Amino acid sequence: MTTTMNPAPAPARTSMMTRLMSPRFRVMWITLAVVTVMSMARIIADNDDLTSSGTIGVALRTAAPIGLAGLSGLVAERSGTINIGLDGMMVMGTIFAGWWGWQYGPWMALLGGIIGGMLGGLLMSVATTTFGVNHIVAGVAINLIAPGIARFMASELFVGEQGGSVTSSPGNKGDIGELTVPFLSGGDLFGWQTPDIMGWLEDTGWFIIADIGGIVGGLTTNVSWDVVLTIGMFFAIAYLLWHTPLGLRLRFSGERPSAADSLGVSVHLMRYVGMAMSGALAGMGGAVLVLFAGRYQENQVAGRGFLGLATMIFGNWMPAGTAAGAALFGYAQGITLRTDPGELVRALLLAAAIGLVLTTILMAIRKSWEGAGFVAVTAIVTFWAYFAAESPNNQLVFVTPYVVTLIAVSVGAQRLRPPAEEGIPWFKGMQ
Amino acid sequence: MFEKIWRGAIAPIIAALAAVAISSIALLISGNDPIEAFVEMWKTIDSTESVVLIINRAVPYYISGVAVAIGFKMNLFNIGSNGQYLLAALIAGWAGSEVSLPPVLHVMFIFLVAVTVGGLWALIAAILNVTRNVNVVVSTIMLNYIAIGLSSFLLAELFRDEENGGLVAQTKELPASAQIPPLNRVIEFFGFNFAPGVNLYGFLPFAIVLGFAYWLLLNRSRFGYDLRLSGLNADAAEAAGVNPKKMVLITLFLSGAVAGMIGLPYLLADPNFHKYGDAFPTMVGFTGLGLALLGRNNPIGIAAAALVWATIERATQRLGPLGVPPEIGRILQGSFLLVAVIAYEVVRRRNEAAAVASAAAATIAHKHDPPPDPPRESLEKQESPA
Repeated sequence: MTTTMNPAPAPARTSMMTRLMSPRFRVMWITLAVVTVMSMARIIADNDDLTSSGTIGVALRTAAPIGLAGLSGLVAERSGTINIGLDGMMVMGTIFAGWWGWQYGPWMALLGGIIGGMLGGLLMSVATTTFGVNHIVAGVAINLIAPGIARFMASELFVGEQGGSVTSSPGNKGDIGELTVPFLSGGDLFGWQTPDIMGWLEDTGWFIIADIGGIVGGLTTNVSWDVVLTIGMFFAIAYLLWHTPLGLRLRFSGERPSAADSLGVSVHLMRYVGMAMSGALAGMGGAVLVLFAGRYQENQVAGRGFLGLATMIFGNWMPAGTAAGAALFGYAQGITLRTDPGELVRALLLAAAIGLVLTTILMAIRKSWEGAGFVAVTAIVTFWAYFAAESPNNQLVFVTPYVVTLIAVSVGAQRLRPPAEEGIPWFKGMQ
Repeated sequence: MFEKIWRGAIAPIIAALAAVAISSIALLISGNDPIEAFVEMWKTIDSTESVVLIINRAVPYYISGVAVAIGFKMNLFNIGSNGQYLLAALIAGWAGSEVSLPPVLHVMFIFLVAVTVGGLWALIAAILNVTRNVNVVVSTIMLNYIAIGLSSFLLAELFRDEENGGLVAQTKELPASAQIPPLNRVIEFFGFNFAPGVNLYGFLPFAIVLGFAYWLLLNRSRFGYDLRLSGLNADAAEAAGVNPKKMVLITLFLSGAVAGMIGLPYLLADPNFHKYGDAFPTMVGFTGLGLALLGRNNPIGIAAAALVWATIERATQRLGPLGVPPEIGRILQGSFLLVAVIAYEVVRRRNEAAAVASAAAATIAHKHDPPPDPPRESLEKQESPA
């Protein structure tokens, strides 16, 4: 993107430096910077749990449903529908997953969640696509309806069963199982126990090395199969949207429905497909929650659909950005499940402060003074919070993702680019 | 006149019939007798006590609906009324229990605090919108959760009533000077008598005044005209000299200010509360979104919607002994809302198409005849897309 805008590209002799600064390597640099900052914070705050494989594993677990919700929003909005209702679709996913998981087992729970969410998505699409109802209005309606349907179904299905009630399913039949990658984290290979390389790296405690060990180890040890599928979904959706004809048509319907129509694309069909996929992904997110808890529980979703929307916006309507947002928010949620969340939150605050200082320096070098000033103030506030908070309240962690998104949206609203004609009801013959 | 009422009522009637049909199907699938269930529901609401309970329940819903309707009128979707009212109720409840004032002043003070907190919280979204171009839906959703987290934090760390042993997270109970008495005496003055233990809460007059004020603001003020114009056609409004940024700031502040009042019926007039705590209703703001949609942002419409909502909730309370899950009420509400939203849109499009057709016919006729009436579709008759 940026290279095309440079006035004088020199394709013949690009220096090593220019190549390393190209967008292709940007992800690598950002990752490295994050790891470095986390490592510094880990050593200064003397809290090894900040990047331990245990913490990362939990963070991955909590990030998965958020990421699926974000992906759900992404597919919907790329195809032209603003999906405020995906929170309700997640609720539909949880009730179906709780039902099928109890009746038929964990894999059927996953399928049930997908089907339940898809029903919600199609229902919303009837309103928005066929009848042209304002998308926010329809989404609000879905969000109000879904908990009602879930509660009615729960009272019909679970009440009177062993361990079931109107707020909880009796529990899933069995576990979905876990994956531990051979060699990286010592998983089995045809019955042979491979060495746990990442675990060994993590135990060294070295600067950066131990953190890489912890992070990679956490991402590859005892990962539940539904989470593995979630990660796969990100690649699948990215491939589908940007490398297949169907994906092109879907995005076309979100950007320029009239132009898409003039080229023979059925905008309504595409928007239905988009909403079915969006609902399915949201429902799968609900199912992942059910598989984590082992059962359906009322209010299990707890606004994660909205959190998913936040990750999608944070990620600028791109899968990679959405994944990064989900990782960040999942991490913030995940650490509250660890043994000493207060200390972890402090360490995380320190990491955030260090990161913000580095960002300030970077922005100052680029002479973007206004931004640098804003980030500097945020850094000072974060440092203050680090020193002031003896034992931070969990509620402050709870709000972190929303505050981060709000700041990100406020700072970067000019650089964010939603699909051009999302949210506008479209009918044949419209310009 | 009659035709106008009919046109306004047809969509809700269709929606109500559809809701009953869908709920009946749900009941049949789950092996219950729909007729029996609906008869039982009617029996439950057919008493003075039920009517009073329904009105009590509908009052906060009504305020909640009006709060978001103000924004909806100009296509500003204040999804964050829930956070606004929770934060406002907490701070107003705490501030009200910390000061001692004479009766009427005390209530006014709590009102002022609640309205200010709600308005200022919504103003954050407005400021972000006009200065940084942040979408209001996005920012109010984020601010919702920030408000929820912030209010639990404030309640746990600062506003908790320590004298109670501090075990239950709640603010101190409001003194009698801050409580609005029930309306029973007024009703009895007119010759009606309630059964003992039945109280018509005293917040009802405030809600009625609020509804009237909303109507006045919308239909009889310059600001209301600008608001509706901005909702119908933002470009036309700007061309007519309406400052869009100012409109966003004022409208969201007003919306948040009214949202700040959502918790007050519980806080001031409901003997079960008189304090903010864990048991405080937490979802009324979201309910209001649905009611504003159902009532088409019209004060009477929202009142009707709030009453319907409360009636359904009351009616389904005694279904348990029949073996019918009371949750059928949620299905009734949900299907009613969704079908209504669709039906409104269909009716709106049909009216619009009819208006275009008649205008076209008038233009053709104009070539031969004296000038016809101007297009009948005036601002008065049109509704905003919400």
